[in-house]
This record gives sequence, structure tokens and C-alpha cells, in this order.
Amino acid sequence: MLKTQELTLNMGPVHPSTHGVYRCVLNLDGEYIQNAVNHIGYLHRGLEKLAESRTYTQFIPYTDRLDYCSGLSNELAYVMAVEKLMGIEEEIPERAQYLRVILAELQRLGSHGIFLGSFALDVAGATGYFYIFRERDRVLELITRVGGNRLTPNFMRIGGVRNDLGEDFFTELKDLMDSFEPAFEEYNGLLTGNEIFQSRTKGISVVSKEMAMDYGFNGPNLRSVGVDYDLRRDEPYLVYDRMQFDVPVTHNGDLFDRFVIRLKEMEQSVRIIKQAMKEIPEGPVMAKVPKVIKPPVGEAFHRIENAKGHLGFHLVSDGSTKPYRNKIYAPTFVMLSAFPEMAKGTHIMDAVLILASIDIVLGEVDR
Amino acid sequence: MDKIVDRQALVGELNQKFGECAEIFEDNTNQSIKVKPDKIVEVMKELRDNPNYELNLIMNLSSVDYPENFTVVYHLNSLTYRHKLTVKVELDKATPQLPSIVSVWKAADCMEREVYDLMGITFTGHPNLKRILLADDFVGHPLRKDFKHNA
Amino acid sequence: MQILINLANGIRSWLEGMGLSAASAEVIMSAVGALAVVIFILTHVIILILAERRVAAFIQIRKGPNRLGPLGIGQVIADVVKTLSKEDIIPAAADKFVFKIASTTLFATALLTFAVIPFSKGMVIQDLNIGIFYFIAMASTGTLSILMAGWASNNKYALIGGMRAVAQMISYEIPMVFSILGVVMLTGSLKMSDIVLAQKNMWFIVPQFIAFVVYYVAATAELNRAPFDLAEGEQELIAGYFIEYSGIRWALFMMAEYASMVAASAIATTLFLGGWLAPFGLDTIFGVTIPGFVWFMIKLYFMLFTFLWVRWTFPRLRVDHLMHFGWKFLIPVSLANILVTGIGIYVYQRIIS
Repeated sequence: MLKTQELTLNMGPVHPSTHGVYRCVLNLDGEYIQNAVNHIGYLHRGLEKLAESRTYTQFIPYTDRLDYCSGLSNELAYVMAVEKLMGIEEEIPERAQYLRVILAELQRLGSHGIFLGSFALDVAGATGYFYIFRERDRVLELITRVGGNRLTPNFMRIGGVRNDLGEDFFTELKDLMDSFEPAFEEYNGLLTGNEIFQSRTKGISVVSKEMAMDYGFNGPNLRSVGVDYDLRRDEPYLVYDRMQFDVPVTHNGDLFDRFVIRLKEMEQSVRIIKQAMKEIPEGPVMAKVPKVIKPPVGEAFHRIENAKGHLGFHLVSDGSTKPYRNKIYAPTFVMLSAFPEMAKGTHIMDAVLILASIDIVLGEVDR
Repeated sequence: MDKIVDRQALVGELNQKFGECAEIFEDNTNQSIKVKPDKIVEVMKELRDNPNYELNLIMNLSSVDYPENFTVVYHLNSLTYRHKLTVKVELDKATPQLPSIVSVWKAADCMEREVYDLMGITFTGHPNLKRILLADDFVGHPLRKDFKHNA
Repeated sequence: MQILINLANGIRSWLEGMGLSAASAEVIMSAVGALAVVIFILTHVIILILAERRVAAFIQIRKGPNRLGPLGIGQVIADVVKTLSKEDIIPAAADKFVFKIASTTLFATALLTFAVIPFSKGMVIQDLNIGIFYFIAMASTGTLSILMAGWASNNKYALIGGMRAVAQMISYEIPMVFSILGVVMLTGSLKMSDIVLAQKNMWFIVPQFIAFVVYYVAATAELNRAPFDLAEGEQELIAGYFIEYSGIRWALFMMAEYASMVAASAIATTLFLGGWLAPFGLDTIFGVTIPGFVWFMIKLYFMLFTFLWVRWTFPRLRVDHLMHFGWKFLIPVSLANILVTGIGIYVYQRIIS
């Protein structure tokens, strides 16, 4: 007797395409996904609990380990939340603000580089990965120059940045920004313009505007479905209101859009960095903050436009040197919960791409 | 600074519609309201759909273990008006329990599971209220202040 | 390369001089020839593995293995030693007998295809008069070994990989055979040496260009090479049908893949690029006679390089796109090619007579 049955496939936690230790259980009909269930938590380190026994300053290096592809932006989100709690947002020196913008955008280039590279790898275009990682590695070298580490720079401080950056940093940065222009053309030629790449990504896993809002999408994923919302422009922080840049928005909400929007965002990041380099004033890089950070009793929620979405920190202070509660809003944690619905009915080869297109980093998902 | 909803009018409107369920919550952020736990689903639906507020994105769902109560904090955000609102729900220490808002935002699904997992607050009506970050056989809720951790 | 043929004849006459009958001398000579071909294949497999890594590195703007010996040639030895000394893991739940023989049979079928490939004039183990038919038959037997490996591993990833491989290879065999048919129609023979000699005036890549392209695409799919390496499916199936293999059994799969690649390139060379014939009748350059074997190798390596080039440039197709491409595009195109070829031959014969 012939009979058919569903195949339960356990993908992960050790699997090359789950971008870390993530596991999903797929119910397959042939090779088409009937049902998917997320299992996360393999990288849970209890950062929120740890924060309660660390001082405000001591927690900065931990934020590097959240979304380990964009350490500087995570630090920025955290220190800005603390500054908001202390009410010293207005006292940050101009030069520090410019430096923060430059570094956050540099980190965005690095993080989007990872996205594009690993996405290329997930459509099995290993060559695209290497071309993108060529620039990304130069970004990391610059970050090493800033903080001493490639991924965990620990450079932002409550009230400013750790130290000023010298002239040689800016020359090298300018050099790198100039090399991005031809690099984008190469990426487009190798991936975006490729017939097979387009057939793999166009029209797959289309997310509607309603679904995106329902699932709490944010960042590039939200913009890819046609919602024009970017914190840098709509709720400007630091000196983003002085910068001239476009917010790329696409309207199909498929895999291709999620890929292309990040490529376009990288172009805008280059634009922002170039402007900031031109306008950056001289001056101090640290505000006058007390040695021991003791925010007044109260709470603050602050989020910034991180590379992956809106990274937010909800800090509750009881007036002591340690936060009473530190809740981390991780964008990919929330967006990952949409994966089962996005993957339903798609081919297993697409499921890998869908997972990559959400741009998860398990350090942030599991915290 | 963040754009904030006119809380006086909002609270009045909510109280008129659902009967004494909301009040202004005074804290340092000046953008919070307090809602009674049993009315949270109706209030959230209203906040999302009311054309005057249209708080259509949930930014964050947090929970705090204060000495006197558990507080669940919802940070809402409007794409249309670009304003924000914080909704707080205070829960009894002994039986922390409130209705789930998964029917309003699916994004709340994993966030509520996380709160349940780490803080031990039960969301009634949640479709799949299981531990999400910790192992299924873990005992206790680590973010509670009375959690004893021995490492 | 006349030397090799002379050498063979020398050994043969020596054997006969030893008092052996002509028939037994023939048997021994076949064995010697087979051994020579096996050594030839193994050397090329080893060269190809290094070449693949170096070419991939070149395309991907990195260095590749360059530490052991000049140009990293020593890397080959290191690889061989490593794979040989690895533990041979057989999963507890596997069908052990099938699991063990699958890798061997796959490599064996890959080797068998070389029996009919003419490396130069007279340099062929058996110049069968159904040579090309034999090649097709042998090449398609490999499908069975892949399914055996996928099934016997008792692993879901391996099973999906094995099933994909069967679906894909059976689908792409049809356009491949049809594309070869165009050449056979022009030659009127299935014998490899006849096909080569028929290209004396014009390589078949010119009149049969469409067939060449169809053959190339179908052969890539037959070989499970990127962009058609769905059975391996590195991203979602990790390694597909040989996910559970390790050590030398795993190495046999890789060797089979590279051996089939050499075979497919050799067939492409023979059928479309004039085999051992020199281009434009350039048998001698500056008074030096270049042997046919050298021309054959140059063409062979050109074909191999294109396989590497394609692999490291394109992303992978999706399974259903692959099937659509095979059934809805390649087969109609190859059928149309046969029709046009037939009309062309008919018209040509009318003009001649």
C-alpha cells in the first residue's frame, strides 16, 4: 500500500543556515513547508538579570554581545537610554554626537554587509559573499582602530565617547567611503542583476503591510513592505536632523525587496558619513558627567534605528548605581516570531532565505 | 522630545467607553496611563483603532517587579501621528495575571511568552504560553527580585 | 603520444614472444590499459581538487591554499592523508551493506565511463561501435548509487538529497541524450573515433551550437554541479545524500564527482570540440608536431575550467525552477535542434546528389 506522510525535519540548532544556534521544526509535505515551529534560547545568557547586578557603566560591554554584528550601535542605544534617564541628552558635546553618528553608520555598513553576504551565501552564491565581505572587513578594521576589537569595541560612554579620533582615522574612513561606490556596482552585477538570484527572491514570501504591523516589524523589514518610517528622520536623535539623506522604501515586501532595501540603505549610510565628516566640529568628546552614575528615580525607554530594526532599552532606576530593571527590546526577537507564517507553504530552499531575510542574530534574539 | 498623546482627553474617552478603567499615571516620563488589568484588551484595541490616536505599533512589552506590585509596561507608538504612549498595568503580587493581547497584536505573542518565562506573569487567553528562552524544566522566574541564583 | 601506442605494441609483442596466445595477450593489455586510465583519472581528480580551490579563490579575490609547496601543490597530499586517516563512521541506524557499497559503486560507474573515451588516435581502451550509447548508460547508472547513499544513511536530509538527485538526473538525461543525437545524426555512427574523425573539416560546435549548449547545461545538472547542485544543497540539506559519510567513503563521493566531471568534459571535447584533432589543421607549429593527446588535454582543461567558472559565479536554482527549465525549455530546444539538423542533412544530401 502506498501512503504519504508528513516529514518532520529538525533544522538546527547546528545547521549552516540558521545563522547561529536557532532551531526550527519543519513539517514537510514533500519539500513544501506545512508548519514551522521556532525554538530559541540556546544562547540565552540572562543579560537582563546580569544588568541588575552591574553598574550603568559596567553594562556597556555587555551590549556589544547583543547583536554582535553591530556592537557600536547597541552601545549607542544603551548609553542614550541612560542619558535620557539622567536627563543629560542636551549636554552631549557636538563632536561626540557627530562621532556617534559616523560610528553608528559605519556599524550599519558592517551589519548590512553581513546581511548581504550571508544572504548571498544562502542562495549559494559564495562569490558574492566574498566580494561583500571585502568591504565589510575594511569596516571592521576601522572599528578595530576605534575600539581595539573587531566586534566588541566598547567605545561609547555615558555622556560622550571614550576618546577623540585622530586625523588618520578620518583619512582612512574617507578612503573606504570612496571605495564603496564601485563596490555597490559589483554587488549589483553579481547578485541583484543575476537572473537566477531574481528568480529565487522575487515574489517569494510576500509580507503585507497589515501583517508587518501586526507582527511588530521595524527597521528595514518594515520599510520593505512600503511603510515609510525611519527613526533617524522621523524622531531624530543626535545630529541626524542636520543630515541630508533619503529613506529607501520598497513596496513588494518580498525577499528581493528586503535584500535591495539594505543595499540602498548602505548607499545612504555612505552619504551620511561623508556629510558628517565634512561638518564635524572640533571640541570635547565627553560631557561633564559624575564619576558614579546615579540616575534619579524613574524610568526611560529609548530606541534607535539600529541596523536590524529598533533597538530599545527600558531602564528603571531606583536611584542607586545599578538599574532596577533593564529590559532590552530586541527587534529580531519579535520579527522572528513571524517566521512560521512567512515560511508556510514555501519550499524548504526558500525557508532558508526567508530566515536570512529577517536578518536574525541569535545573540540579540536570545539575549 | 517625544510627541505625547493628550492623556487627559484619552483617559476621559476610555473611561466613558469602558467605564472607569484608566487613569493618568504620574512618573518622570509624563507619557503614561494606568489601565485596569481586566480591561486591557478592549483598551488596546481602542488605542489601535481609534482614528484620533492610531497607536498602531507596539514598541515594547516590558515588566517590572516593584516591591509593591508587578507592572506590565506597554510602549505604544503611532505611525500616523508619530506620538507615543506608555500603558501600565499594575498586578497583584500574589497572583500576577492579566488577559493576553495577542488578538490585538501578534507581535505580543513572543513578548508575552518572554515575560511569562522570565517574570512569571500569566497571560490568560494566550495561545501558546510556554517558556521561550529558558529550558522547559527550569524552575522559577529569574527576573523576579526574590529569585535566588546560585552560580 | 605515439610513444605510448608504440610502448603498448611493444609490450604486446613481448607478451606474445613469451609464448602467450594472442587472446590472452589482449586480455593482459586491456588490464594494463585500464590501469593506465585509472591512474590518469586519479591524477586528474587530485589536480582538479586543487584547481577547484585555486580557481575558486581566484574568482573570490582570495588566496586559496598556497602554503604547502609551490602554488600549494603539497596541499593535495595533505588532503589525501587527512581523508585516509579519518575515522570511518557508519551510523547505527544505517542500512550498513548498502551504505558501504554506495560510495564504491558510484565511483566505479564514474570510472567505467572512461572505457570509451578516445584520448588520442588509437588511445582508447575499447573503441566500441556503440561508444556514446555506452557512455550514456554508464553515466545514468550513477543515479542509483546516489539514491542508495541517500536511502541507506537513514537520515532525512540525505533522503531528500537522494530524491532530489534522482528527479533531477532523470529529467536532465533526456535533453542530454537529445543533444548528443544531433551529433550522431551528422556522423551516422555511435563510435567515438568516427565522431572525432567526422570533425576533420569543421568541429561540431559550429553546426550543433545549440546542442552544445544544451549538452553543457544538462551535463552540469547530471554532475550535480552548481548552479544545479540541489542534491547537495549545502544551505538547506548541508551535504545532501552524503551527509553521513566520512573519511575515505566521503572522499570517494568527491572523487566520483570530479571523475564524472572529467568524463563529461571529455565527451564534450570529443563530440563538439574535435577530440584529439588540432584546430584549423595546425598539426605542426614551427616545425614541431604537437601530438593529438596534448590537444585533447588542452580542450579538456578548457571545458573543466568552464565548469569551475560557472560553479563559482551563479547562485543555486530552486528545485521547481530547475524542473521547469529542464522539461519546458531544454527538451523542446533539443527536440527542435534535432528537427533542424534532420532538415539540414536532407537539404544537404539533395544538393550533393
